Amino acid sequence: MPFTLSELATANSTDKDYLWTLNFGPQHPATHTTLRLILTLDGERVVNAIPDIGFLHSGFEKLSEDLSYNQYVTIVDRMNYISPLANEIAWHHTVEKLMEIELTPRCKYVRTILAELMRLHDHLLNVGTTGLDLGAFTVFLYAFQQRELIYDICEYASGQRFHSSYTRVGGMLYDVNLEWVNKVREFIKQFPKTHAEIHRLLTRNRIFIDRTKGIGVLTKEDAINYSVTGPLARASGVVRDLRKDEPYLAYPDLEFQVVCAKEGDCYARYLVRMQELLESVHIITQAIENIPGGPINVDPDGKAVLPTKTDVYRSIEGLIQHFEIMMPNRGFVPPVEELYAATESPNGELGFYIVSDGKPNAYRARTRPPSFIHFSVFPLMMKGHTLSDVVAVLGSLNIIAAELDR
Amino acid sequence: MTIEEQLVQKFGANAFEFSQFRDNHRAVVAIDCLLSVLTFLKNDAGFDQLSDITAVDYLDFPDAVDRFGVVYILLNTQTGERLIVKTFVNDPHPEVPSVFSLWRGADWLEREVFDMFGISFKGHPDLRRILMPEEFTAFPLRKDYPLRGRGERHNFPVITRAES
Repeated sequence: MPFTLSELATANSTDKDYLWTLNFGPQHPATHTTLRLILTLDGERVVNAIPDIGFLHSGFEKLSEDLSYNQYVTIVDRMNYISPLANEIAWHHTVEKLMEIELTPRCKYVRTILAELMRLHDHLLNVGTTGLDLGAFTVFLYAFQQRELIYDICEYASGQRFHSSYTRVGGMLYDVNLEWVNKVREFIKQFPKTHAEIHRLLTRNRIFIDRTKGIGVLTKEDAINYSVTGPLARASGVVRDLRKDEPYLAYPDLEFQVVCAKEGDCYARYLVRMQELLESVHIITQAIENIPGGPINVDPDGKAVLPTKTDVYRSIEGLIQHFEIMMPNRGFVPPVEELYAATESPNGELGFYIVSDGKPNAYRARTRPPSFIHFSVFPLMMKGHTLSDVVAVLGSLNIIAAELDR
Repeated sequence: MTIEEQLVQKFGANAFEFSQFRDNHRAVVAIDCLLSVLTFLKNDAGFDQLSDITAVDYLDFPDAVDRFGVVYILLNTQTGERLIVKTFVNDPHPEVPSVFSLWRGADWLEREVFDMFGISFKGHPDLRRILMPEEFTAFPLRKDYPLRGRGERHNFPVITRAES
């Protein structure tokens, strides 16, 4: 995080005294979250941009060593708080892979729908705030009105609008019902109209194109070399989507396309996100009509999943199992192993590296945070652009500081 | 030819300890030949993306011999193949060679491992703390660092309005 004055002095050495330094953030409306940039400017051109991060560091990975595999989901929620359920699904995807739990088909479909709703959620925020930063305030309102509807769907399923902590090892906290299915149906029915409105407001908007086209170009080689994933990499021509390449949940059953672009500039990233919104709607449309019946949780006899409350209160086996999982000196018995698994979160590859020593909490759980990795590319993308482009590039990267600093 | 066979052909069978768990393919490499193995994987075996670098402190781990494990998660974007390369380092001066020259993405990842574990990366151009404040002296993700910290939060320097 830190910056000493001596380093700033070398960036501003005497023979280049026409350069000046601008401090951008950590409290600035366009950063949206707490991150700081130290910009070296020649007039209005950015000569060098040095990101300074760590303002929101709160030791999530240290906490993971103290909380059980179910408890840590509440912390994972707060990493990328724009799409909390996507983080939960990624976390439990890794844990279930470690414990070799095969989810029920119903759970797979519900999680897939939720993961895609989160992709809508995240991309809508990104498109909306990019518009806001570049002067298109209306887009922001349209996008956020739709996000409210997704919040309602999350609230209906889990009881929480924002940090729903909805997934559990081997299943979900509650099952969904027909009313929820109807809510999702209604949402995806009306969503394409708003999408078309946003499309009409931005895609051929002269000001928006001037502010984004050719700005912040990331080539395919750089995208791969700098570990960039997700919509950013796809906008640079890297044809890679973990939903296709390492299929998980119900994605193998569903038909969708991987959206790519070649240009790698802010406009291409906007277009990729806009098209991914439609692909997500397409996925949800297929999945919502095909949710299989049966239980949402895996068979509780496997001693990995919490029994239902009815079982806990009405049968001795259920009570014992609840006790076995919830008591501090008992709980899950994962193998003594190490494992990396990743899912395609809205922002890119969100992976976890879990080291287990056989206890109910992880010995170490490393998060591979896409925001952190994407922000390290920022100086490269910013070179030679003007100060006003900082906002456009920052918006297109979709940096979430809570995930950046963890 | 699988990647394991390629590696054995190039460096000999004694250099590696291969294992597999679920779909993870892993290779444990000694610290001396780490950089040459990673260079081979990048330039000749097509592992063009470095997904992640992380470290594990095995201080309390049952039956562990070495103190730190440094983990490189590599990805071949053409084939989708992953390989996890791991090496062990020990106190008092844990140090591994930097892979910044191979993958530019290693820049911040190595800085984070340095910040959290105190493992230094030889050859990294700008190895500074990235998340913790500059005046912080400990390495928080080491197992001998307590969960609730050592009281740093209560001793942060506070700038009053009069001083500012």
